Amino acid sequence: MNVSPLGLAASSLPCTMPAQRCRVSSGQLLSACRLAWERGGALVALWASDERDLGRGFAVRVLLRDGDGLTLLEHTLPDEGARYPDLSPIFPAANRMQRSAFDLVGAVCDAEDQRPWTWQAAWPIDRFPLRRDFEVSPAWAPGQEDYPFVRVAGDGVHEIAVGPVHAGTIEPGHFRFQVVGEKVLRLEERLGYAHKGIEKRFESLSLVDGYRLAGRISGDSTVAYACAYAQAVESIAACAAPPRAAWLRALCLERERIASHLGDLGYVGNDGGFAFGLSQFSRLREDVLRLNDRAFGHRLLMDVVVPGGIARDLCAEDAALMREQCASLEREIAVLRDIYDEHAGLQDRFRGCGQVTRELAMKLGLTGLAARASGLPDDLRCDFARTPYDALGVRRVTHTDGDVAARVSVRFDETFESLRLVRAMLAAMPDGDIATELPQTPASRLAIGCAEGWRGPIFIALESGHDGSIRRCHPHDPSWQNWPVIEHAVIGNIVPDFPLINKSFNLSYSGHDL
Amino acid sequence: MLHILHQIAKTGIKSETAPTADEDMVVVARLQKTILRTLGRALTIRHIDAGSCNGCELEIQALTNPYYNLEGIGIRFVASPRHADMLLVTGPVSKHMAIALQRTYDATPEPKLVVAVGDCGCTGGIFGQSYASLGGVASVIPVDVAIPGCPPAPRALLQGILAAISAYAPPVAPAVDRAPVEPTLRPSDGPDAP
Repeated sequence: MNVSPLGLAASSLPCTMPAQRCRVSSGQLLSACRLAWERGGALVALWASDERDLGRGFAVRVLLRDGDGLTLLEHTLPDEGARYPDLSPIFPAANRMQRSAFDLVGAVCDAEDQRPWTWQAAWPIDRFPLRRDFEVSPAWAPGQEDYPFVRVAGDGVHEIAVGPVHAGTIEPGHFRFQVVGEKVLRLEERLGYAHKGIEKRFESLSLVDGYRLAGRISGDSTVAYACAYAQAVESIAACAAPPRAAWLRALCLERERIASHLGDLGYVGNDGGFAFGLSQFSRLREDVLRLNDRAFGHRLLMDVVVPGGIARDLCAEDAALMREQCASLEREIAVLRDIYDEHAGLQDRFRGCGQVTRELAMKLGLTGLAARASGLPDDLRCDFARTPYDALGVRRVTHTDGDVAARVSVRFDETFESLRLVRAMLAAMPDGDIATELPQTPASRLAIGCAEGWRGPIFIALESGHDGSIRRCHPHDPSWQNWPVIEHAVIGNIVPDFPLINKSFNLSYSGHDL
Repeated sequence: MLHILHQIAKTGIKSETAPTADEDMVVVARLQKTILRTLGRALTIRHIDAGSCNGCELEIQALTNPYYNLEGIGIRFVASPRHADMLLVTGPVSKHMAIALQRTYDATPEPKLVVAVGDCGCTGGIFGQSYASLGGVASVIPVDVAIPGCPPAPRALLQGILAAISAYAPPVAPAVDRAPVEPTLRPSDGPDAP
């Protein structure tokens, strides 16, 4: 984004995609966000940091994205009493990020909605875990808050509370439905149950070791997080992984996408009442995980991507098995897709269900796979292609309907494209080293790492401390953007369709709650 | 419809033989005889995510795929703790989930088994104990079996689940013996259980 019309001076920001940073006043923060919005840009992340030890009070950082790349706006709150402007009128997704920034750092936003988001009475509301002088007291027992849900009143309206313990084998979260009969009038989400202090935990790890934690922010996207983290470390250290490592990382990322899409296609079928789909797709997913284990030593590929490169090389024998697997998966998935497409009962559940129009998706900042199903084509692998995607050319997958059927269709198409990419990578993979030694990392350097995970773009903002330590790490999952959209997607649908709609997005709780 | 039948026939039976129980995973063995007497050979499990990264959930879900075919050996997941014999708990236990975990445990009828899943469920794992994390599952509810791994592979999960119901059991389980269950089963249990 060209920030010069705003009178701002930008400096470069270490990142694997084009990125710049600029210091802004509160007025400039607002006008820069407005400008970004007018030019089709989107809010990526908003987080705060305690920088009082540097004599700067509290920093509020706002990461924006547009066709030119990333722009990081840095605003300083000189003291606890200072406020920064509410960005949610421009970017609705800012609402929960602002509330979380207060809960964790105590940076106050000038917004009407001052309800807690990450805070759930496990620590005093006037203590802020990500402040540097924060000390835990053993006297703080888990508590219960009285969260002010918005209620709908009227004849025949009733409320259904679901969670945090759900009926299926899924993550914890709470959903509050206001319904009349079976029809959903309103859904309100309450998340934060999986908050386990990941950002604080990062600050006790070294830059080199942090990749293990990064790989456990959201276990279903371990490769994407580890890639984003490793790139951020490498940007700080001003080095790059060897070409073969970059290719192998991409190979793992695509295999993670394939495995995840196969799992989701099975579960979406199951939630549509078609257990056959779950049996078939879960079998195929298991085949992928077993080969992952054989080739890289871990079924989900945890700890395979490391700062500097990759932990384990791919041998010729396993590469051959992968090629065979691509061929057999293509055949099997094509058969199953026909069965899904021709199954009237299933299509009846999928079509028009949980619809998000392109306009709504734009307005709310929907991102990743779900956005592509609503006609927004963003994909980091295409928009800012780097090794090896620049050499392979990723075919962008989009759909226009924005319903469950569209999200299923995008998953099918992306799975085929990932299978094509894996084959192409296996055919053209360069030889050479799989890791490079990291040079000493300078202190006080901020870098952004990013990767297009299967769910959407994942970002990690990483700031180095002294002697190779982590000063601050803020991971950002696309679920931050997409969770609020589900609240809109279910309006007017019936309650029994909620599991299907929710599964068609399949958002992360852990990656969001941190 | 023909497509579906054809695909089922072509796929064939993929189920593998279940592994044997791994008794090394048993933390406390007290209930097994009672459980077997009460349940015969069927077991129902309620899963609780008490704050995990979702890695363990993916592997627990894999147990129901055709290869591991959990239902084929008489074990199935149920939607409510009130229908469950066993709680399969992943961790670390976030402070935000501690009350929900305790309530779910309380809602599960006796006799009940608790299996802690994954390094985080066993000890808190990489997340440890913090302002937001209480660590392992045993810090909140008594644990019978702990299955390490990050995440444990489905076979390890099966070994742990089977250990919970088969360890110290008589060689031939009396399938239809429905002797009454003693009302108080856990006099010595507490958060400090090993």
